[in-house]
Parts: sequence; structure tokens; C-alpha cells
Amino acid sequence: MKNIKKKFGSVTALRGVDLEVGENEVVGLLGDNGAGKSTLIKILSGVMPPTEGEIYIRGEKINPREYSVNKARELGIETVYQEKALGEKQPIWRNIFIGRHITNRFGFIDVDKVKQESQKIMREIMGLTGEGASPESRVSTLSGGERQGIAIGRAMYFDADLVILDEPTMALSLKEVDKVLKFIQKIKDSGKSCVYISHNITNVYPVSDRFVALDRGEKVGEYLKDECSLDELNEALILATERKTG
Amino acid sequence: MNNKVKEFARRHSLEIGLMVITILVWILFIITSPRTFLSPRIYRTFMSTVPFVGLLALGLTFVLAIGEIDLSFPSTMAVGGMCFGLTFAATNSIVLGILAALAGGLVVGLINGILVTKVGMPSIVATLGMMFFLRGFVTLSTDGSAISLRALGDHTLYPVFSGTFLTIPMQTVWFLFLSVFLGFILYRHQFGDNVLFVGDNSHTADLMGISVSKTKIAVFVIMGMLAALSGTMDVFRLRTWWPTQGQGYFMTAFATVFVGGTSMKGGQGTVFGTFVAAFLIGSLEAGIVAAGLAGFWTQLIYGLIIVVSVSIHTYLRRLGIT
Repeated sequence: MKNIKKKFGSVTALRGVDLEVGENEVVGLLGDNGAGKSTLIKILSGVMPPTEGEIYIRGEKINPREYSVNKARELGIETVYQEKALGEKQPIWRNIFIGRHITNRFGFIDVDKVKQESQKIMREIMGLTGEGASPESRVSTLSGGERQGIAIGRAMYFDADLVILDEPTMALSLKEVDKVLKFIQKIKDSGKSCVYISHNITNVYPVSDRFVALDRGEKVGEYLKDECSLDELNEALILATERKTG
Repeated sequence: MNNKVKEFARRHSLEIGLMVITILVWILFIITSPRTFLSPRIYRTFMSTVPFVGLLALGLTFVLAIGEIDLSFPSTMAVGGMCFGLTFAATNSIVLGILAALAGGLVVGLINGILVTKVGMPSIVATLGMMFFLRGFVTLSTDGSAISLRALGDHTLYPVFSGTFLTIPMQTVWFLFLSVFLGFILYRHQFGDNVLFVGDNSHTADLMGISVSKTKIAVFVIMGMLAALSGTMDVFRLRTWWPTQGQGYFMTAFATVFVGGTSMKGGQGTVFGTFVAAFLIGSLEAGIVAAGLAGFWTQLIYGLIIVVSVSIHTYLRRLGIT
């Protein structure tokens, strides 16, 4: 992404940000609330077009008018949103296959197949084996970790080349955070790329390759993990944001 | 096996509850007026009168499932009836008449949908405006007078909407067919899935690549076309169109959807419930009168049925979630 700018009316959320994600690289996007992280992610995943700037995927320039969530998925970009993006009143199987069910020629859903696949995703990716775990369960009956599991399982199942995670560890128990980190490691091990957003650097430091810091809509720093310990990274981040304030 | 039965009962508790209420009311009618309710004639009457409200309620089920509301459908019904009546009077063709009615319903639905999604009006306000506007429009277009369609009864295609099939009135055949079809669309089609998600949480639907505007417009179009079809069927029954057509159906259509178990909150809707409730609500008045009660009782019992059945639905839904 090159020189991405986004304005909402008179509010400028992004003032020209470059972001690059290499093949098989895990990039952490860091910054305070309102730094523009989520906006940048939403532009990358096709939810909203940028006001200005260019997006390249595998070296090819993307026409912002034709870019959409569905297009992004076609190109292998899957996103796990902070708000999980789940329908509370709907059963798990509908949530996993939302917008792209296995259908016949006329668009009718092959419910048996979809439920079978959902069961598989729940067992193999989410590690849900309990008796209550049925694809028929409504999302409103699940815990925060289980919901995150569905959102992640969904991204995994569709075999993305780039997985974007927005605050994946927020409001999760320690055990669940561990699961998410293992998941990021799995993405890396399978040769794919990942961008994640986080407040908590300590958690995600071990699984990352590179960090990008945003502040008030601008990129204020970029650090390679190999050149920078956790403490140094912490200090650098504080310095970077202070310099701007001062 | 026992577990499967339990699971089925749990998942369909809403529908089972409604069936129990309906059967209880039915038994009550049989006890109070056995002569009327043990002869087939009354049922044939129901089967030719209930579907008008039933079709409206089917459309409303989709509108409520997507989290919106439509108040304009009684006027849309009159638009459909008028389009049919004028076209048939001019061309003597039932096929062209029905196409004109459906086109009228489609245009109304499109306008409703655009007002709600592109202009951004709350659907209750947009469709309230459309309700008045369309009523005025049909009254002005016809100078406030009825269209008499006596020739309709002699047409060879007349029985399509007014005859019987294996002694079942065609109105019910159409209602059953459309209920089954739309039921499959809502529960088994990608489009129905999109409707449920937009109604459940439109932000989620947006993030996951579902076009919220397109889905909503399509639902308003379905509502408009069903209302127009209902208006056309009504014209078939009476062989005349009149400018106040549809006005009596407003409250009963809403009562049907709510008693059927569709919630106002969106993300959920039951076509089966709407189908059963259409007959429950549609038979109340006849049952009350046959029992020898004064007509004043009708509204009281309507109210009672709505409050009791929606209380049960709400209670069951809460049990299901927590």
C-alpha cells in the first residue's frame, strides 16, 4: 500500500501511509487508539476505498473502484475483525460460511455439506470437542474465546495467503491468547503472511518479524525484530509518539 | 433417537408452541359451534379468504427478518389491483394484467428500498409516506371510482386465481406454493442467509462482503410484488377494483406475522409460523361469530391471542438464548 490517505468528512484518519507485507512475513501494526490502524486494515481488506493512494497485491495495481471484500478474498486476503463480525442470533454454520455458502447452481445452500465442514473446522481449527459444540449452536451462547475461534477458523478454512487480525488478543483469557499466538505461528509455518493489530506488544513480540508504528494517521517508525529487543522496541515506540507530541 | 426428538423440539419450540395454540383455539371453536366447524364448508371459505392476508404477511416476514418495517403494503395492494384492472380492461388479457400488477409492485418496492438505503430514511417514515402517497395516487388516477371487471369471470384463465384444485381453492394453492418457495429462499438460499445476517447485524454483513443496500432493496421489492399479487387475487374474487382496496388488511397482516413468531428485532423470521398464523388469525372472526358472541368480542380476542402468543414466543426465545 502506497501513500494511503483517508478522510471522513473533515476528519483525516490517514495522512499518507505506506505499508508493505512480504511473502511469509508477520507484521505487527502498533499504535494508540485513533492512530488509524483499523482504517488502514479496512482499506486493505476492501471494506472501504481510500480517499487517495495506491494498493498493490502481488505487484499488481488494484483498481479501487473494483476492489471489495469479495475481491480481496478472491485475491487471498482474509480478515478477522476486532468486533468478530458474527451474527449473534445465527447458528455457527451460517457464521462460518456467511456470504459464501456451498451452493448449487441456483444458489441453494447444501446444508448437510456446510454443517459437516463446520464441524470439521470446529474440531480441527478451533479445537472445540465438547458435547455442546454443535454447528447448530447460536453464537450468542458462546464465550469470547469461542467467538474469536469462529472468526479465525473462518479465515483459516478459506485458505488465505494473507491473514489480517485486528486486536486478536483483546478481552481473551491467557489460555485463549496462547491459542491465538499458536495460530499466528501456524500461518507463518505454512508459508503465508499475516498482519495483526495489537496494543499488547509483549504478547505478540515473539511471533512477529517486523513492526510498524502508526500515530495520528502517520507512520512514525518501523522496526525489525532481529535488530530490536522487546525493551528497545517499547522505548522506541514511546520516543516516536513523544517526539510528535513535543 | 430420544435425543433427536428433544433436539428437534428445542429447535422448533416456537413453531410447536404456535401449533398448540392453533389447535386449542380450533378445539374451542368445535366445542362452541360444532355444526359450523365440523362441516367442510367453513374451511373452504377460509381457504379462499385467508391467502390475501397470508401473502402480505409472507412479505412482511422478510421485511421484519431484515430488521425493517413496511407500512405501505395496503396501498401497494391497491396499486397492484389497479394496474391489473386497467390493463385487463384495456387488453382483455389476464397475463398482461398480472405482469402489469407485478411491475407496479416492483416499482413501489424499488422506491421504498431506495428511500431506506440510498436516501437513508427510517423505513417506518419512508413507507408511511408511501402509504399515503400511493393511496392518493390510485384514487386520483381513477377519479375515486371503482373499476368493474365483469368480463373477468368469463375468461378462460379466470380459474387460475379463483377456481379450485382437487377441491382446494386456488388462493390457498398459490399461498402454499409461495410459502414453500419463500421458505426455501429464506432458510436454504444464499439470499435468505444474507437477509438474516443483514437483519441480525448489518455491520457484520457489511464487513463480510454482503451488500446491505442491495439485499434490503430486494426484500422491499419482494414485499411490493407479493402485495400487488394479493391485490390482484382480491380483484379476481370480487371481479371489481375499488380505490380503498387493502385498507382492512393492515392490522391483520401485522398480527399474523407477530403471532407466527417473527420478531420485530430482525435476524429471525419463520415462514411456517406465518403460514399457520394466517389461518389462525383468519378464522377468529368467523369462530367468534359462530359461537354466538357479539362482534364486539372480536377485537378483544384478537388482542388476547396476540399478547398471549407473543409472550410465549418471547419467553421461548429467551430460554433458547441463555
